[in-house]
Amino acid sequence: MVVEPVKLEAYKSEITPTWCPGCGDFAVLRGVHTALARLKIKSENVVISAGIGCSSNLPGFVNAYAFHGLHGRSLPIANGIKLANTDLTVIATGGDGDGYGIGLGHFIHSMRRNINITYIVMNNQIYGLTTGQASPTSERGMVTKSTPSGLLEVPVNPIALALISGATYVSRGFSGNPDHLSTTIENALSHKGFSLVDVLSPCVTYNKIQTYQWFRDRVYTLEDEEHDTNDLKQAMSKSYEWESKIPIGVFYKADKPTYDADEPALQDGPLVNQPLDTGKRIAEQLLEEFT
Amino acid sequence: MSKHEVVIRVGGAAGDGIASTGEAFAKICSRSGLHLLAYNSYQSVIRGGFIYLQLRAGRDKILSHGNKVDFLIALNPLEFQRNIVDVVSGGAVLYNSDKIKPDPDKVPKGVTLCPLPVNEILKDIGRNPILQNTVALSSLVQLLDLDVNVMNAVIRDYFGKKKQSVMEINLKVIEAGYEYSKSNLPDFDFDLNPDYNTKRPVLTGNQALGFGSILAGCKFYCAYPMTPASSILHYLIAQSKKSGMVVKQAEDEISVINMAIGASFAGVRSMVGTSGGGFALMTEAIGLAGQTETPIVIINSMRGGPSTGLPTKTEQGDLFQAIGASQGDFPKVIIAPSTIEDCFYSTIEAFNLADQFQIPVIILSDLFLSEHMESIGNLDFNSTIERGEIVTSNDSDKLYRRFQYTDTGVSPRAFPGTSGTVFQASSDEHDDYGNIISDVFTDSEIRIKIMLKRMRKMKFIAEQLPAAKLEGPADADLTIVSWGSTYNVVHEAIQILQNNSKSVNHLHIKYLIPLQKGIKEILSNSKDTLIIEANYTGQLSKLISMETGFQINHTLFKYDGEPFYPNQIIDKVEDLI
Repeated sequence: MVVEPVKLEAYKSEITPTWCPGCGDFAVLRGVHTALARLKIKSENVVISAGIGCSSNLPGFVNAYAFHGLHGRSLPIANGIKLANTDLTVIATGGDGDGYGIGLGHFIHSMRRNINITYIVMNNQIYGLTTGQASPTSERGMVTKSTPSGLLEVPVNPIALALISGATYVSRGFSGNPDHLSTTIENALSHKGFSLVDVLSPCVTYNKIQTYQWFRDRVYTLEDEEHDTNDLKQAMSKSYEWESKIPIGVFYKADKPTYDADEPALQDGPLVNQPLDTGKRIAEQLLEEFT
Repeated sequence: MSKHEVVIRVGGAAGDGIASTGEAFAKICSRSGLHLLAYNSYQSVIRGGFIYLQLRAGRDKILSHGNKVDFLIALNPLEFQRNIVDVVSGGAVLYNSDKIKPDPDKVPKGVTLCPLPVNEILKDIGRNPILQNTVALSSLVQLLDLDVNVMNAVIRDYFGKKKQSVMEINLKVIEAGYEYSKSNLPDFDFDLNPDYNTKRPVLTGNQALGFGSILAGCKFYCAYPMTPASSILHYLIAQSKKSGMVVKQAEDEISVINMAIGASFAGVRSMVGTSGGGFALMTEAIGLAGQTETPIVIINSMRGGPSTGLPTKTEQGDLFQAIGASQGDFPKVIIAPSTIEDCFYSTIEAFNLADQFQIPVIILSDLFLSEHMESIGNLDFNSTIERGEIVTSNDSDKLYRRFQYTDTGVSPRAFPGTSGTVFQASSDEHDDYGNIISDVFTDSEIRIKIMLKRMRKMKFIAEQLPAAKLEGPADADLTIVSWGSTYNVVHEAIQILQNNSKSVNHLHIKYLIPLQKGIKEILSNSKDTLIIEANYTGQLSKLISMETGFQINHTLFKYDGEPFYPNQIIDKVEDLI
């Protein structure tokens, strides 16, 4: 049997990305196209949700169902989609403001569920679409439009947060290393459980500090080290490396029960396939309970 | 002449077991073929506070929890004193005489004291403070001349599954209490006319909303705990295995509604439930549902506002919040069910409207409607499920247009996983394919076209909804206008007024957005008009004025947190005509 190789082109949508030339998000988009192509997942079985922000436009550039929702709410939408149809491959996307700022609560609680979805965060440490305000991952002291005297808060550490919140695939990619990024996304999609891919995705317009070069001077891949991805403590320790050396790759990976597999009401298969008339069949029985 | 209905009040503190006592009595009534209505007045505490449960039962349909009390069961001295003033002449107080020593001067004339020496009654059985409730209840069953075996059966069912020993103790307590009452307490002339061959289902509004959603084929219910909506969550999770519904408690109401929108987008009927504060958090996503044309049913069980307000008290103060929920204009429906049965049917209807028109549908209940128990008549289970037009495959060469411009404004939906239908649903303004038009350049022509498409639905919704109906004599001297949970109490008041030769009719409004047809015509033909609302500003009155230009003459607004009593309405009407 000859299997037709799945081409990357099949996963590209008709729409041309509107990002600034050089934006880190292009590499993420390519990573998503590549991962889907390699895994040969049919377009019609993929749903990508997004919030609001430059990066949240990504789903529109992929030939898959897209739900472009509210700022910060990409994960709840993805949770709902997955619970309604566990046969779908569900990806949530967004930026650091979307996921680690306004939507931070959903980030933590989605990880607690270890629900089988992949969350890709394009982390550029700045608000791009609103023209350059401080973000939850901006460095303390950073001067931005909203912090002219320097930011007075320390950044959120998404990797550490993911590790303590129950995510079972915790990884970081870098747009300057697109091949590694594609593989990281591919493995995240194959993982059963909540997978995080935090992507260092430079904003070439509003972040003049964390540039491609700034990252290139610091980034190294965990896969090249003797890093044990089963070791939560080692992962935790790696998650604190930032100033001079920044690890990318998989920090932690575990095989743990997932919400969607254990939910009692999903034991007969995806909700979307269940009969609508169950209520009618049990109505008399339900009424009897009220007497 | 013997009385055919009875009003009972159980007064105590949180933690005294009032709710379970009430539930047991409700079951006894249910299995005695009696009608019943019970209202629980409580506070936001787990222990202490002033709590009472008022139950009214009889052979005919009960429309409110009544005015004055026939039997007061006082569980502590404070409640004895607080509530005794509401007992009618000829009524009685049942109390544990070991704990409560009444001051005879403070007992109103005509009220009989019925002391229950609980320790003496239970001397051979055991001591547990909560058993005093069983003593009081069995005494009440005796005084009302109901079959004690029905009470035994109810207690057996209640404890049977849990603890055999506790059940046996309670059965002994019932016997002792019943016998004590028979030998020591006076006769009261009640004939409730029980029919032990009839069982009347007793349910709360929230149970009816939940039950309705199961019948409607809802497969995803999401909520964050909030009084008075939480019992929808409790009811649905208890039925989850049978109904096959995923019932999810999420981290906050923002997540709640977004999850439900996600589930609905993926193809399952989805519902959320909350109260005003949680509804406020859901607001932005209600617009998202409107914009992405994702069907969803949202229950807001209103409680006293503003802010966290009166967490355990009733109000109809969220109508404007519901009307104004979310920025911009988009089609939506707001339904206010009037009775327990109507909660059941309205939920089924809400799902059908949501699916047919691909819109958010808001159900406005309130604490009284959601939480009070009531016996109901037969329910019709033959409702149909209308999912609207759904695309099951697209084999043509043409790309699927999820938001295709149509005459009705409704475009056939496709769920993810359907071949040839990949599309984008977008919160940002988009074209008929779902592609965003906001970023590159804002195409005003498409913007107008897609707005017209969405808003066109409202015309068809308005045509489909039933017209407003006037109940009672067309030439009455006064028309009472009301909405939501006040339907039954207004009816009771009108019945009494008619017996006093007052001619009053009733316009009850169920569909608020779009406002039902025919309201202006009815009101223009009325001799005089009075609106009754449980809020401060008269939100429906303002809505009617906005939509029809008609100004209602008189108002009766109540915002003390308690539901209307029939007498409050009667007094107001008697002032007017």
